[in-house]
Amino acid sequence: MREQKNIFSNIDWITVGIYLALVTIGWLNIYASVYSEDHNNIFDFSQIFGKQMIWIACAIVISLIILSIDIKFFPAFANYIYAFVMLLLIAVLLLGNVTAGSKSWFLIGSFKLQPAEFAKLATTLALAKYLSTIDIKIQDIKTKMISFLILGFPAGLILLQNDTGSALVYISFVFLLYREGLSGNVLIIGLVAIVLFLLTLLIDKFIIIGVLAGIALILFFYIRKRRKEIITLIGIFLLTAGSVYMVDYVYNNVLEPHQRNRIAVLIGKETDLKGVAYNVNQSKIAIGSGGFFGKGFLQGTQTKFDFVPARSTDFIYCTVGEEWGFAGSAVVIALYVMLFLRIIKLAERQRSVFSRIYGYGVASILFFHFMINIAMTIGLAPVIGIPLPFISYGGSSLWAFTILLFIFVKQDACRLQLL
Amino acid sequence: MKTLYSERRYVISIIMIAIGVIFVVRLFYLQIIDDSYKASADRNVLRVLPQYPARGLIYDRNGKILVHNEATYDLMVVPKEVKNIDTASLCHIIGINNETYNSRLEKARNYSNYAPSIFEREIPQELYGFLQEKLSNFPGFYILARTLRKYPYNIAAHTLGYIGEVNQDVLDNDSYYKPGDYIGVSGIEKSYEKELRGKKGVKIMMVDVFNREKGSFRNGLYDTVSVVGQDLTTTLDADLQAYGEELMKNKRGSIVAIEPRTGEILALVSSPSYDPNLLAGHDRSKNYFKLLKDIKQKPLFNRALMATYPPGSTFKIMNALIGQQLGVLYPSTRFPCSLGFHMGIVDVKCHSHPSPCNLEESIQNSCNSYYCYAFKAIIEKLGAKNTKTSFNVWRDIVMSFGFGKKFHNDLPNELAGNIPTADYYDKIHGTNVWRALTIISLGIGQGEITVTPLQLANFTAVIANRGYYYIPHIVKGIGTSKFIDKKYTTKQIVKIDSGYFDAVLEGMRLVIDAGTGAGGKIEKIKMGGKTGTAQNPHGEPHSIFILIAPLDNPKIVLSVIVENGGWGADWAVPIASLMVEKYLNGVVKRVDMEKKMTEGSVYYP
Repeated sequence: MREQKNIFSNIDWITVGIYLALVTIGWLNIYASVYSEDHNNIFDFSQIFGKQMIWIACAIVISLIILSIDIKFFPAFANYIYAFVMLLLIAVLLLGNVTAGSKSWFLIGSFKLQPAEFAKLATTLALAKYLSTIDIKIQDIKTKMISFLILGFPAGLILLQNDTGSALVYISFVFLLYREGLSGNVLIIGLVAIVLFLLTLLIDKFIIIGVLAGIALILFFYIRKRRKEIITLIGIFLLTAGSVYMVDYVYNNVLEPHQRNRIAVLIGKETDLKGVAYNVNQSKIAIGSGGFFGKGFLQGTQTKFDFVPARSTDFIYCTVGEEWGFAGSAVVIALYVMLFLRIIKLAERQRSVFSRIYGYGVASILFFHFMINIAMTIGLAPVIGIPLPFISYGGSSLWAFTILLFIFVKQDACRLQLL
Repeated sequence: MKTLYSERRYVISIIMIAIGVIFVVRLFYLQIIDDSYKASADRNVLRVLPQYPARGLIYDRNGKILVHNEATYDLMVVPKEVKNIDTASLCHIIGINNETYNSRLEKARNYSNYAPSIFEREIPQELYGFLQEKLSNFPGFYILARTLRKYPYNIAAHTLGYIGEVNQDVLDNDSYYKPGDYIGVSGIEKSYEKELRGKKGVKIMMVDVFNREKGSFRNGLYDTVSVVGQDLTTTLDADLQAYGEELMKNKRGSIVAIEPRTGEILALVSSPSYDPNLLAGHDRSKNYFKLLKDIKQKPLFNRALMATYPPGSTFKIMNALIGQQLGVLYPSTRFPCSLGFHMGIVDVKCHSHPSPCNLEESIQNSCNSYYCYAFKAIIEKLGAKNTKTSFNVWRDIVMSFGFGKKFHNDLPNELAGNIPTADYYDKIHGTNVWRALTIISLGIGQGEITVTPLQLANFTAVIANRGYYYIPHIVKGIGTSKFIDKKYTTKQIVKIDSGYFDAVLEGMRLVIDAGTGAGGKIEKIKMGGKTGTAQNPHGEPHSIFILIAPLDNPKIVLSVIVENGGWGADWAVPIASLMVEKYLNGVVKRVDMEKKMTEGSVYYP
């Protein structure tokens, strides 16, 4: 076993480099998004870009602390951390402050803490810890149940906080579970479910069921001699046809009006540009007006002049699109994809199962945020209020993502110390 | 490290790469292929603000300002920005109480919390300076300067006209104007709109989502500078105009005074008139409708250009000239008058005067009979069968004086009057049925013939000039170049040789010295005039007078019409005479006459 000489030895500078690049991009774009002649000093702490700089400084301190903590700490304390954060989630439900309709914040002085941001991290730790237990098999029903409980508990609490976006993030663990052996059908079923959902909203459900029946008949023709598969086929057909009917019910009775509107806007059923479609339309205008090279740093108008809502948090990518254009937007996307691929590559080289599973958890969570956030700003997903990792304004999310990532960087740096 | 299921890393990687690629393709579409977002962004954020140049000033012929621009100041409020202000102090400064303050603020808030509303209109100049100093204590309030047309003399309302917001018709046909722009609606403001308005500039500003200005777009790279409107020098004499309006007080009618040498209109009075300041400023439309509703007095109606009257006896001069030109009449020609002209069924009455008259005397005495004979001679010159031909010759000459058609000068909305055509008589009497006697009333200026006061004044100018005129016009200089349209400096020669004017002018002199216009005599000024009485089916006849002064070197000619004023001598003669005295002498010595005229009221029916 090799001893670590200092906290920086063996750390993956590519990951850390991308991290620093994204954080810097975030800071500059937050500055640009609220820039005005009156407040043009980027170090003005009364402004959010000044505050973000403090958050960044703290995040770097936090990452240094994590790099200096013994690597056995996190696997060892994963369950305690999980338990602690779950308690916080319960506490916030009882004691938290309501912001924008969600009861998900602790107000400590002027500082707002959002436990849900840290729940992702705790869940990843707990899940990695559980799945890395010797002799565990994901194919076992019991394993699946426990994994689902580990995920479902925080997701449920967050749903109760009325923070649907953060709850949806737990879907991202599908990637982790898939990597660890969950049947590939889960991805296909997920995809089919999304497609069916959208089609049901767009097309008459009898047509969809007719088409499904047609497909079933063709398949039946091929497998008509194998009785067992016929039963499966009939089962799948009934399931999909039933879910088509379910979609209507869920859409009209389960979803809240604003959620229904956001989906309606996405599929083009709602086009009231001054009403429910305003956010997405302004977001697309801001990005679309950027052109190839953008309007230039601090030259954005749509974001700066308040046309885009939440322009420094969830819609921060609009500022990137407007001021840096296609070139800048594509670079940001490239940085993210590189980061994900890098984390996967690093995860695969871990000797410790915990580290590998944890690494996939990090990649899954970051990827899900990236996918939903950017898809939302360019009109490919309904509006779901989750931040863009490392870039969006906000202390809780920046710290949570930093801790999430740097625990993995630390695990990777010390991968040879572990079995 | 190769572990169980590690090949699945590729599936996951491919999904991540695929999402990245989808995003890049989508961005490419949004940012590069689809242009509509750029246009939407500009619509969002850019406001093209027109920069209005100062409208040109209007001067009288002596350099007195008739129309100028006065800055007025409105106190504006943006309710959202009103915070922690000393309400009592602001109320004290502009002199309102607290309730008024609250109700106005509430009203502004109801309109918009972010957009400015007018809080107090037209703050006086002296208060403006004081308020401006204190304004920093009242966030949310600011002062907006606007300009108003101001008329320091309160005269010539009809001639100067007014400006108003452009209507849809103009907007559809002229891309220069945008909704809310002002345009000259009548008078000089209308006819010289292009010169007066100058050229608008634009300033492109950026605004935020609440429409608040955020600064100039690209530092003004696409802005254009406005060009100030050109000043106009009118032909009006402000003193004379004011005096004319004073004389026409409480009367309906008009005075047109022209400098015959140039065709410049010295005064153009239409009574009743109105204070031109009423049609400037924010009460414009309210006042306009008030004036419009005054059907009895019709103050908006410009009688000098738009009222048409039979010229009455003043037109006898025309026939005297045509008769001589056609060789059917000589200064020595005498026609009998036995209290009128009696021939067949025609019976035109006349008053008692020495008879028979020669040409000069016929004008002096305004003999009806004489001009019936004269007109009969003109129309029957080529024989009864050629009545139409003769009539057309007569008409042609009349038209050459500017009657029966518009001048198309720089005064909008003039009427043409009417000189009847042969076709018209064919229609009502039957083709070739009518003869000289059928239309004999034309001989004494009655019948179907109608003229405007301006045409009548121009007619007088022709007589004064002995055979020509310049198109009467109201503007003698545009901007600094003093250039005006060539048509106003082109001599319009009438179809009467200048030699034929001598007898007529002598007759007109006799009118003043010992005739129907004797009441208008002024010491040391030799004048020539002609009275007229236009029959009016609705009541008392209209009193008409035309005057030339001084007769040997005409400097001013006038037509005066006082509606329902009875005989020409009653009102029109003294008014014209006083105008001449005012113009040539500067001061009026005949105070009694002046008093009688200004205080007299002729308001029928």
